Amino acid sequence: MSSPGPGAARERDFGPYGGRFVPETLVGPLDELEQAWLDARVDPDFNAELSLLLADYAGRPTPLYMAPRLSEVTGGTVYLKREDLLHTGAHKINNAIGQALLAKRMGKGRVIAETGAGQHGVATATACALLGLECLVYMGSEDMRRQRPNVERMQLLGAEVTAVETGARTLKEAVSAAIRDWVASVATTHYVIGSAVGPAPYPALVRDLQRVIGDEAREQIQAAEGRLPDRVIACVGGGSNAIGAFVGFVHDADVGLIGVEAAGDGLDSGRHSAPLTTNACGVLHGALSAVLQDEYGQVLDAHSVSAGLDYPGSGPEHAWLRDEGRVTYEAVTDDDAVAAFRRLARLEGIIPALEPSHALAWLFAHPGEGIDILILSGRGDKDLAEVLSR
Amino acid sequence: MPYLMGGYPDPDASRACCAAAADSGADLIELGVPFSDPLADGPVIHAAAGEALAGGVTPDDVLSVCESVAAQVPVVLMVYANVVLQAGLSAYVQRAAAAGAAGMIVPDLPHDESGELREACDAQDVALVPLVAPNTAGCRLDAIGEDARGFVYAVSLTGTTGERSTLPPELATMVERVRAATTLPVAVGFGISTSEHASAVADLADGVIVGSRVVRAAGEGGSAAVGELVSELARALD
Repeated sequence: MSSPGPGAARERDFGPYGGRFVPETLVGPLDELEQAWLDARVDPDFNAELSLLLADYAGRPTPLYMAPRLSEVTGGTVYLKREDLLHTGAHKINNAIGQALLAKRMGKGRVIAETGAGQHGVATATACALLGLECLVYMGSEDMRRQRPNVERMQLLGAEVTAVETGARTLKEAVSAAIRDWVASVATTHYVIGSAVGPAPYPALVRDLQRVIGDEAREQIQAAEGRLPDRVIACVGGGSNAIGAFVGFVHDADVGLIGVEAAGDGLDSGRHSAPLTTNACGVLHGALSAVLQDEYGQVLDAHSVSAGLDYPGSGPEHAWLRDEGRVTYEAVTDDDAVAAFRRLARLEGIIPALEPSHALAWLFAHPGEGIDILILSGRGDKDLAEVLSR
Repeated sequence: MPYLMGGYPDPDASRACCAAAADSGADLIELGVPFSDPLADGPVIHAAAGEALAGGVTPDDVLSVCESVAAQVPVVLMVYANVVLQAGLSAYVQRAAAAGAAGMIVPDLPHDESGELREACDAQDVALVPLVAPNTAGCRLDAIGEDARGFVYAVSLTGTTGERSTLPPELATMVERVRAATTLPVAVGFGISTSEHASAVADLADGVIVGSRVVRAAGEGGSAAVGELVSELARALD
């Protein structure tokens, strides 16, 4: 288990998971990125610039909101960590600003990213506009069709959006396309990966940039309640908001940590995005982790109503936290997530994104009498069409 | 040394393409195992893998193609890490050896991750051929050269597989660097697509690997086109 403070040594492996399963061309650049991040994260000037942008530009700290009507339903005390209130509407901006600053520090004027639903693409395009970096976003053509407004947002922000036409034309192929671009352009280009996945150092880098969620929540709950929560609940696709939240509590043995994956049409249907819950293990996009695959090692297409969870892999640190028994991973179906989406809107006047609606659905099904923190990782405007069409 | 995608356009045609390449002067065949997410490959080989998978080709089908041609010419399997991991390292290598494979190249298994597989390969007398890139640092190059088996595969450019119009200008320097790091033969691949390229690379290196151009021929004209192309390339190397 790992939650290193600033200055800790490099982290490439999480137990048996992680590593760098990449073409040789990327090994040198990954070394360079790793060193740049180890230097940057203990550099007071870098941290001051990052903190200032996260505060004045992105809107941190986000509130930890005690949700009274939701608490009444569960019978306990539920706090929502309001990442949905950030600029661009989700936690993705924490990582995008940090990595864009890092790109600038490394002297790389071109930034590439992948996006599924478009949230990470919009966050990266935003950070690049802010810092004056050239930005290209790979997006599956099927996702471009489903998420047209986010394509237009990225273009307004000055990013180029490149359609990916391979495979199912969704997030998995967009990541592959970004990695292929990077193999050829690595001397001038930084790849801003959107979740706590990919070859080392990305899973640790993204976790470090998202741990602000957990660190803030820990301070806030102690100020509000004078103690730590009984449970912290977060949705897991690649798992960046979850790892960022969990890392703040991972050494507090009495705090239960629950990661909620997307069960899609149901775990038995074969149409889901729950590699952690189903104990899958393989190599995808440069890391050994939980990966949905067939008996021959071909990676399968994931399915979820939530585009942000629609990915067949998850971060290697999650796989390790699962094996260690520190985090419990469960999965929630499309239908239950959509019901929870609607329910929170009526209960609290908050329209959540479909991704954290999975965590909400789990909470409704497993109410606790103590103190719960649920990470509301993004807002639901992007999902209205999907939900209303069902 | 032509690269062909195993099971593409279909298993029978794939056997025929390998036989045609062997009959037309190939010194070694690099046989790709289709994978769903081939990060080192450009559009032509990626598409061929996708088509083979859509046709239901399995890693065992590719080994059967390997077996059909291994008596004629050495075969080196190009296979992504997850296919090997899912089968089990030792189990996969044993099956590859039984199918007559002389070696294996795993393009997404860099030196740091390759120890266990190399042991499994050594035990079965299958050469685990490493890749080196133009940006592989000197000390790293030495370590890779030391652990290399069979030959060293020098990736000519920073990028994915695919046809390019010209060779990278720094290729000669790169091949020299690789030679200094190993006593084994050095083969160059990625971006080599014409007889002129092949002939120029042959002046520098011991082996010339042509991939996407040959796969394109297999898709467009089957074994006849592969035979013709490999003959032409082989003539350029004489």
